[in-house]
Amino acid sequence: MNMTRRHFIVLTAAAAAAWDSMLAGTPEAAAGYRASGHWYGMLINVEECIGCGSCVRGCQNENNVPDGYFRTWVERYQVADWTVENPTVDSPEGGKNGFPQAKDTHGKNFFVPKLCNHCADSPCTQVCPVGATFHSPDGVVLVDPKYCLGCRYCVQACPYGCRFLNPETNTAEKCSLCYHRLTKGLTTACCEVCPTGARQLVDFKNPKDPIHEFLKTHSVQVLKPYMATKAKVYYYGLDGSVR
Amino acid sequence: MKDLKDAAHLLRLAALFAVLFVIFLVVRAALVPKSFGRYGHYRGDALAEIAAKPIAYAGHQACETCHSDIVDVKSKGKHKGVGCESCHGPLAKHADDPSTVQPARLETTSLCPRCHTANAAKPKNFPQVVPENHSGGAACGSCHKPHTPVIETAEVKP
Repeated sequence: MNMTRRHFIVLTAAAAAAWDSMLAGTPEAAAGYRASGHWYGMLINVEECIGCGSCVRGCQNENNVPDGYFRTWVERYQVADWTVENPTVDSPEGGKNGFPQAKDTHGKNFFVPKLCNHCADSPCTQVCPVGATFHSPDGVVLVDPKYCLGCRYCVQACPYGCRFLNPETNTAEKCSLCYHRLTKGLTTACCEVCPTGARQLVDFKNPKDPIHEFLKTHSVQVLKPYMATKAKVYYYGLDGSVR
Repeated sequence: MKDLKDAAHLLRLAALFAVLFVIFLVVRAALVPKSFGRYGHYRGDALAEIAAKPIAYAGHQACETCHSDIVDVKSKGKHKGVGCESCHGPLAKHADDPSTVQPARLETTSLCPRCHTANAAKPKNFPQVVPENHSGGAACGSCHKPHTPVIETAEVKP
């Protein structure tokens, strides 16, 4: 036997590397849809939102979201005067059935639709201990329900409160940006049913997408930019009171 | 060989480590799904599984392939930007099998106020009414045609 300890250690490392690459396999191309050719986000025009709740109902119909839980929801902000730091926010049933008239109609009132921001640098995927939530190659943050343990780390990690634990499956759930629709060439359910066009699905890698012209000529914001999550849901006309 | 004889206890230990390592690799191969790590630190097959879910909303493009008459009417009215399924509801099943799955007829009394009920938080230029005062309980559809909602002949109440 002339294998030295040095050879053994080197061979072990090499074998481990070879085994890992064998397990990983080679990427396979999906039929008719090239994920790497897209980079999805959303543009929300706050000034166009009428708070009708169509998006919330549409999302529930499309994704079988259980009652009382929301992958997207609409908030109403009521800012009385200079109290920008303390707005009154309500969202009865996620805005699913619209909103009653505000008590104080003289202040600044407006609706803000919310959903997963599909952050390019998302805290929720970083904390998942098992790799059940991830970034798809086309920029969508997804949950693998077969792999999710239901530990709720991601629910706590999301700065935007976009995740919940589905009480039926006990797995984490969130907006998938209707990934099953995107890959079929359709827009999301919420964008499909939004009557005013306040929500627009955008594909940043598509040079013909009107988002490029819009971003050049308009002031847009993301929610909680100080969290440095590289959120991809852009808001136009967003007030400073929105959290 | 004398050196090796002295190191025999180390070789036994190394052999034990080697066996344990092989067991680790076998167990790992059995537990980790084949597609894990294909695109990143996740199960690659999950992408295709999520993408394979059925759709509920067919999309306005699907509606327009058959209902081109409605598209013509709607394109002239204020509702031209409103998607079909925004009012008519999820109709992918109807698009798949138009003859057997028929969409329900809509009730304008409850449908139109979803968007057009007055609310201070709505954009000021969006047409809003207090339904009880505006129509006195009459169905919206008795005056307005939903695909072209502006009444051209009669007087329009503010």
